[in-house]
Amino acid sequence: MKISKLFVTVAATALFGGVAQAQAQEKLKIGVIATLSGPPAVLGQQLRNGVQLAVKDLGGKLGGREVEVIVQDDELKPDVAVSKAKALIERDKVDFVIGPIFSNILQAIFKPVTDAGVILISPNAGTSNFAGKECNANFFVTSYQNDQAFGVAGKYAQDAGLKKIFLIAPNYQAGRDALAGFKSFYKGEIADEVYVPLGQLDYSAELAKIAAASPGAIYVFLPGGMGINFVKQFRQAGLADRTVFLSAFTVDESTLPAQQDAAVGFFGGANWAPNLDNPQNKKFVAGYEKEFGAVPATYAFQSYDAVLLIDGALKLTKGNVADKDALRAALKKADFTSLRGGFKFNTNNYPIQDFYLVKVGKRADGKFQTEIDKKVFTNFADPHAKECPMK
Amino acid sequence: MAQTLAAFSTVPLRRPDRPGLLPAMIFLVLALIPAAATLGPQSYLLGLFTRVMVFAIAAMALDFISGYGGLVSFGHAAFVGIGAYVVGILGAHGITDMLVSLPAALLASAIFAYLTGTVCMRTKSVYFIMITLAFGQMAYFIAGSLAPYGGDDGLTIRLRSTLLAFPFLQNDRTLYYFVLLCLFLAYLMFRAIVYSRFGRVFRGARENPTRMATLGFDVFRFQRVGYVIAGAVGGLAGFLLANATEFVSPAYMSWQRSGELIIMVLFGGIGSLHGAIVGAAGYLLIEEILSGITEQWKLIFGPLLVLVVLFARGGLLGLAGAMRERLARGRPRA
Amino acid sequence: MSTGLFVVQVLNGLQFGVLLFLIAAGLTLVFGVMDFINLAHGVQYMLGAYLAVAFYALTGNFLIALVLALAAALVFGLLLEFVVFRHLYDRDHLEQVIATFGIIIFLNQAVKTVWGAAPLTLPIPEMFSGSIVLMPGLLYPVWRLVVIAAGLAVALLLYVLVSHTRLGMLVRAGATNARMVSALGVDIRRLFMIVFGFGTMLAAFAGAMIAPILSVEPGMGDTVLILAFVVIVIGGIGSMRGAFLAALLIGLVDTLGRSFAIDILRLVMPPSPARTVGPAIASMLIYMLMALVLYFRPAGLFPSRGR
Repeated sequence: MKISKLFVTVAATALFGGVAQAQAQEKLKIGVIATLSGPPAVLGQQLRNGVQLAVKDLGGKLGGREVEVIVQDDELKPDVAVSKAKALIERDKVDFVIGPIFSNILQAIFKPVTDAGVILISPNAGTSNFAGKECNANFFVTSYQNDQAFGVAGKYAQDAGLKKIFLIAPNYQAGRDALAGFKSFYKGEIADEVYVPLGQLDYSAELAKIAAASPGAIYVFLPGGMGINFVKQFRQAGLADRTVFLSAFTVDESTLPAQQDAAVGFFGGANWAPNLDNPQNKKFVAGYEKEFGAVPATYAFQSYDAVLLIDGALKLTKGNVADKDALRAALKKADFTSLRGGFKFNTNNYPIQDFYLVKVGKRADGKFQTEIDKKVFTNFADPHAKECPMK
Repeated sequence: MAQTLAAFSTVPLRRPDRPGLLPAMIFLVLALIPAAATLGPQSYLLGLFTRVMVFAIAAMALDFISGYGGLVSFGHAAFVGIGAYVVGILGAHGITDMLVSLPAALLASAIFAYLTGTVCMRTKSVYFIMITLAFGQMAYFIAGSLAPYGGDDGLTIRLRSTLLAFPFLQNDRTLYYFVLLCLFLAYLMFRAIVYSRFGRVFRGARENPTRMATLGFDVFRFQRVGYVIAGAVGGLAGFLLANATEFVSPAYMSWQRSGELIIMVLFGGIGSLHGAIVGAAGYLLIEEILSGITEQWKLIFGPLLVLVVLFARGGLLGLAGAMRERLARGRPRA
Repeated sequence: MSTGLFVVQVLNGLQFGVLLFLIAAGLTLVFGVMDFINLAHGVQYMLGAYLAVAFYALTGNFLIALVLALAAALVFGLLLEFVVFRHLYDRDHLEQVIATFGIIIFLNQAVKTVWGAAPLTLPIPEMFSGSIVLMPGLLYPVWRLVVIAAGLAVALLLYVLVSHTRLGMLVRAGATNARMVSALGVDIRRLFMIVFGFGTMLAAFAGAMIAPILSVEPGMGDTVLILAFVVIVIGGIGSMRGAFLAALLIGLVDTLGRSFAIDILRLVMPPSPARTVGPAIASMLIYMLMALVLYFRPAGLFPSRGR
């Protein structure tokens, strides 16, 4: 009696569990990790908005499967990010993780996510170590490798023959990468190379130095609030009229609403701009502005592309995520129409794409955006790919 | 005079006489968690509670100097960070054996505590708070400037600490039990210290340093020794944190982290060592649960802290004690 | 390193110092008189900036926006005092720290909910939007000079208030021994409220004045708060004079340190490490200064506590 009861119970549980499992397999789960608190929250919001808009535009289905998006805030704390990543993987059983914004968060969550066999797609952070020696088959990037974005202004400065350039960046790894990236293409005279403490807001000291050095151009990497303050103060100090302003991630759609007229005419280097002329991008920008009331920045378009990437891959595997090798191969094909036009992965799963010099402009409706000025790199592959053992 | 010296005149201090059943129950629950975790997202839950215990160790050390010694340190996270960085830096050079990295972590934190303590102990109350904050910030900035070790981005730790080349802590469960063991030993050690002669002088210095000095005790030296012990235990927490998260960054030493440790101590109830465990668990679990519910969770969390301070005198343990009194009407607490 | 550059940096240091003073003044008053550690002072500074932005959007006039912002900040500050702080005066510092920490968390989030996470900006008022030529090629915004002037004016006003009025006398007495003042028949609760209200307005004023130069974003009060505490600790808690001198000292040390640390280091080490070690040392300079001061004077430069 007891044994048969036990048998029935076990069978029922297995059946129920099996049914539950099958039902759970119906919905595809995507986890999003972004910084949604503190001053950089606006970047995380763009990332999240891009994902949500893409899912909406695709009718809530990727590769024919219904999708559920679970968003987690990493609070810009690496250990919290690890905990949230583990929650997404084990508690929520996500098949993909899209994120993060910041390099140090990527450093923290890379190992737990990839070790668990979950596909990690970064729509922003693209550090050199994961492009080179530590590349991983489960890791894909829809943004760029940091060095590339930093190189755009360098190449432009070199080609345009700009002389005596003043460099400024925050004193952390990305800041050092930025100036190194610039110098890898620009071989002319450097007026000075200054690192400021991360989070510094008042640049009166540095502006005085710039004025004293009288450079032909400056190259600035000061993301977020740092860039907003620098641009405003730079213009207020009257330095904008005689110094060409080159930058990376300092004047973009996340900071322009605060910088406004102060940034008009300044240059940046990017792989995209809202006015990039192709039909899918026009639709994206219009849709984003309608839904969220702000001009999208690279953070939003890259996360939108990440969703398109997944959609393209799932179409190839017919919605199947269980066969990891097939999934990875399908992702590597990058069979989707990117908002930036051409898109293809390098051996290290970082994109090979075009880069442009962009210029800040004011639109007829009073909003500010970056606009394509000229193409600087065509099908640019990052320099670390050769160190990656993947083929 | 009285106000500057008696740092905790209004906080009800649990007299350290009868530990009661509660600590035993806490350790029992912690020991059973891995078994319970198998029913759910195991690695996530194990990771969460490992982090709870690691912070509990750090909070316990802080409770020892703040609750018992009256020395409120706003730079305690620095010791945790130093311990973690020792693991990270040695690991970057290929040294993962815990017989090397653990003593090194303890020693580094102890030395930092000794040097800074020598300067800090000369000050009182809010000045003490500020100078410990200053040293904490210095440690934070130094860690951020270590470019070869990741600087501000931090450093990934390839391998958890090994024991004589055996990957002892690689398994999450083993790590959990190891941390639990450390927590238990730390608890026993602090308990023993508090009841010892040293502990009595240490506690006496909190109540009335002048009296202790008159009795012939060198208050400065006693307090510094206590501070060094707390620093070393903080370093132990750092060693465990680095292993648990497999990552180390200057963020582990920020003043906000030090503030969070203070909150954990208060949450549980100052001056009761097991209260630090309750406080750490309460703080981290509430943060985890609330942030999963809504993006605006801080709108709830902030006022919650205020309410705890205003109404839950003596933290969660104080609340529990008050409820117990209510239930056992008329029977006065010993 | 030219004299022109040096002069500019000194001016920058003074401007930063004056801003720190505006914030530290309120903090040291509240701490000195009421023995209340108010970590939420930083968010009151942030709130002043946000309110100025909001009222400017409504009225289009900076002066009106400033006045309205001060009024609104005062009301909000008094509300906070009534609902929360009042109950904390008798508690010890640790509990005050945690309660006000909770307020910081709440307000940083609330500000994001109301105004959004993106940083906001405020244009410099027309009248002061020019610049003067300080150095060939460097224009110094007139507004920064206005900030310095405003700060010094406020310092003067506070000095007059504190040393030459009855209210000021009560404040000074309260900073020395609040219980005695109460025992002498002064309504200590009303005094506390006035002091607190003043402190709030000073912080909000600082926030509103700096909004045209710095971006207005959630969390902008946090770094400034730590610096303000460093100022009042070095200056001596409860001492206006101490806060003023310490604020200028810190403003100058920080600015000059940041500018010249790298150059000074380059004298003893090669340029590449100097470039990364320099900013690290520059960030720590203030804390090293505080540790040094506290080592020799454990109660600050001008301790006013007679306890």
